[in-house]
Amino acid sequence: MTDFIPKRLFATLLLLLTPSLVSAADTPTLNMANTAWMLTSSVLVLFMTIPGLALFYAGLVRAKNVLSVLMQCFAITCMVSIVWVLLAYSLAFTDGGANNAWLGGLSRALMAGVGVDTLKGDIPETVFAMFQMTFAIITPALVVGAFAERMKFSAMMLFSLFWLLLVYVPICHWVWGDGWLQKMGVLDFAGGTVVHINAGVAALVAALVLGRRKGFPGTAMPPHNLAMAVTGACMLWVGWFGFNAGSALAANGTAGMTMLVTHIGAAAGSLTWMFCEWIRYGKPSVLGIVTGMVAGLGTITPASGFVGPLGALVIGISAGAVCFFATNYMKRTLNVDDSLDVFPVHGVGGMIGTGLTGVFAASALGGVGFAEGVGMGQQVMTQLTAILATLVWSGGMSFLLLKVIDAMIGLRVTPEHETEGLDTVLHNESGYNL
Amino acid sequence: MKFISAIIKPSKLEDVRQALSNLGVQGITVTEVKGFGRQKGHTELYRGAEYVVDFLPKIKIEVAVDSSLVEHVIETIAQSAKTGKIGDGKIFIYDLDQVVRIRTGETGKHAL
Repeated sequence: MTDFIPKRLFATLLLLLTPSLVSAADTPTLNMANTAWMLTSSVLVLFMTIPGLALFYAGLVRAKNVLSVLMQCFAITCMVSIVWVLLAYSLAFTDGGANNAWLGGLSRALMAGVGVDTLKGDIPETVFAMFQMTFAIITPALVVGAFAERMKFSAMMLFSLFWLLLVYVPICHWVWGDGWLQKMGVLDFAGGTVVHINAGVAALVAALVLGRRKGFPGTAMPPHNLAMAVTGACMLWVGWFGFNAGSALAANGTAGMTMLVTHIGAAAGSLTWMFCEWIRYGKPSVLGIVTGMVAGLGTITPASGFVGPLGALVIGISAGAVCFFATNYMKRTLNVDDSLDVFPVHGVGGMIGTGLTGVFAASALGGVGFAEGVGMGQQVMTQLTAILATLVWSGGMSFLLLKVIDAMIGLRVTPEHETEGLDTVLHNESGYNL
Repeated sequence: MKFISAIIKPSKLEDVRQALSNLGVQGITVTEVKGFGRQKGHTELYRGAEYVVDFLPKIKIEVAVDSSLVEHVIETIAQSAKTGKIGDGKIFIYDLDQVVRIRTGETGKHAL
């Protein structure tokens, strides 16, 4: 048999290919596969907020407040998007010079220098900025769950705006923007600290500062539309693949493993909560199973790119069980009115997940292994440092912000307005005109 | 003339409607209501928050009948709405002063 490609032709082809191989080593070029995946991931994560989280939360409140929750999630999406391109992206992800350990700089404010062909790594910087924007959107939207049904829209917008700039942006920079925690070697693949502990703690503080809803806990306040809530929750599971696997910033094996472990975390968290509830209260509920899912997903988030399937299983089961007990403890024992249980699910889950990442990243436990010279003990200490830093900064700043805004314009609606319902009082609308 | 208002279980509506129709009662008004007598409600649980739901869904049936039919109607409703379990409901009988058919202006017995 003769060669199909004569030797001379083969040599010529090789010669023609070489320049692109050489330039790949010198300057980064756009990787189309990675770009395609990151474009898709951005869409998936935006979908998590609108309508995923929006529907999940909306279904959980009373009918008279359904629109207020949808409005809050939607308005936050719009506001954060604008602030992100004007200022927040730059502060989170650029070099802050002398203060880079704590905050970025203004080199990318107004998206200066970001053109059609500008790359960040091997994907367009526009796509990177867009992907990160969707994280900046969902984090303040999560906090909404704590003060649902009683917070003024104006106060909520003001709070979310400054919370983004003063709480989210710094922590994002510390962990992902080459800040002090990243330099310390913290492992947070997709936002255990930046998103979940951050939002969870802010939610707890908000619930405590705003106080309980009128009539809580004696008056029945069941979800008005669990079918809607479950629909939203399912969208969260699907969107979360963009959230975690997209954080690989590439369409590769890491993204694949991340997707797999994310999925296991969700399934394990769901079933664990379901069984806990079944045993403790006698019946498995659909609200319980989807809440377990959210707990599992939030907890696997920081670990998702670092652990293996069995690690994910342990993490998911832990999430389902611990968050179940935390939720019941907060509701039934402490009587804190964190209306939609943001702290026990995202806050507690995020803390467990961030901590366990330090354990299950070990290659002996199926993970990707630690950095050169770093052992499990040291990694866990780093993880704990990150957890503590997030708790302190988010808790403290959120408290300050809320107090200042309360003094300026007041946080809560009047008791009469609260009874009437936020939809008519704040938005002149009714969710259902049946 | 009498005005009969009966609270019954929603699952018995069809039976009562059919029985009344067989009796010759031609008009009936039905409302969805909530209430309880001695029947206990149920508990609902949402993420650990437990609520006792006292009010149970019921159906209120209202019919206006001629005095000669009253005993028949009461008996018919009672029989067709009965399940034997707690929560079957109650029948209330009121005196009816006057009835007017809007379309024709007829009054009294002829308007029933």
